[in-house]
Amino acid sequence: MSADRTLYARIVVRARSFALDVAFEAPAGITVLFGPSGAGKSTALAAIAGLVRPDAGRIALGADVWFDAEARVDRPVHLRGLAFVFQSLALFPHMTAVENVAYGIDRALAKKDRIARAMAMLERMRVAHLAERRPQTFSGGEAQRVALARAFARSPSIVLLDEPFSALDRDLRRELCFDVKATVRELGLPALLVTHHRGEARTLGDRVVMLDSGRVVSAGTVDEHLPKLEQE
Amino acid sequence: MEWHPLLLSLQVSTLATAIATLAGVALGWLLAVRRFPGREILDVLFSAPMVLPPTVLGYYVLVAVGRRSVIGHAFEAVTGSSLVFTRTGAVLAAAIGAFPIVVKSARAALEGVDPTLVRAARTLGAGPARAFFTVRLPLAAAGITAGVMLAFARSLGDFGVTLMIAGDIPGETQTASLAIYDAIQSNRDRDALGMILVMSAVAIGILYAVNKLAGRKHVG
Repeated sequence: MSADRTLYARIVVRARSFALDVAFEAPAGITVLFGPSGAGKSTALAAIAGLVRPDAGRIALGADVWFDAEARVDRPVHLRGLAFVFQSLALFPHMTAVENVAYGIDRALAKKDRIARAMAMLERMRVAHLAERRPQTFSGGEAQRVALARAFARSPSIVLLDEPFSALDRDLRRELCFDVKATVRELGLPALLVTHHRGEARTLGDRVVMLDSGRVVSAGTVDEHLPKLEQE
Repeated sequence: MEWHPLLLSLQVSTLATAIATLAGVALGWLLAVRRFPGREILDVLFSAPMVLPPTVLGYYVLVAVGRRSVIGHAFEAVTGSSLVFTRTGAVLAAAIGAFPIVVKSARAALEGVDPTLVRAARTLGAGPARAFFTVRLPLAAAGITAGVMLAFARSLGDFGVTLMIAGDIPGETQTASLAIYDAIQSNRDRDALGMILVMSAVAIGILYAVNKLAGRKHVG
């Protein structure tokens, strides 16, 4: 029997002008958190990562509990073993591409093994030629690929993507979506993607959780819940 | 020309700057990153040495670490020598002037680092300490270095606080700033002139280097 790698999340965040109260699951494959801006998608993602502390709820990956308000469990971000791709990508400007990617790889490994693994992932994302260069010199698509390599290289338990493709043009977006989907499938990971872009949600998503005004409106397969629009 | 006061100044300022840097970066980090009540009051309190008259500041330090104070008494019990009117006192005096400059520049530089980069480091498995030393600190390094250099220049030039708490003992606490004053007072202008030129050259050299540093945002 393989271990349960489903993410179970029940998240309540109360802010002055905003309240988030959601519950959903994300099994292996890509689950899209979809909704208009201000729906609470990014807050939910940040809570799962441990970057925002919920006021109530429970977050667990399989049997591994990361947060439980009642049991007073709140595992720090760096011990959750996840990967997070930020909207701004957040590549370290003072490190080369390969140093960026190696940063998140298990430090129990020897340095040369970490570098080798980082190189392999850069190759996989088709940006090995950038290895020794710093992010300031990358194009939008290149930076994107390095950021994805950095996330996948650390063999995460789950990948969280916060509108990572929002700055890209349509063709580049489609190409990257394809690569991300293939990588997630191959690694057998759960991935959560936040987007308000319907095309991206349809291309990438296996399942979708629709959010609006801090609540889950519906959840299920992409085909049922995100019908293709006529103009697409 | 007298070299001894210059060498003493160099020695005292180097040590003072090292102490001010360690303590100043730590406090700068606290003020930049942590949210706690009294944060701004703490900032004002530790910035006060920049604006207080040196004699007033010197008086406070004298009261705080003099031979009859708790700190001064404890220091003497442990090391066998007094804190005031010794070379240690000269280092302390120079460090007090340098400290707020380091705090100010470290706070600004550490606050200037994009918080998303630090969060990214955390999601990549870095604990708070590793995220600080591998991401926040290196990205703030240029700004902190500029502050440390200004702090060094400031401690080289200290006069009032040094006089108040370390005295003007030739060969022991008489730094270049004090020696220049002594030389002028006793009509040894030629002795003073050499030191004046060296001090001016060092100060201008440091300002030039700081301006160059300020031109770049971070290493790379």
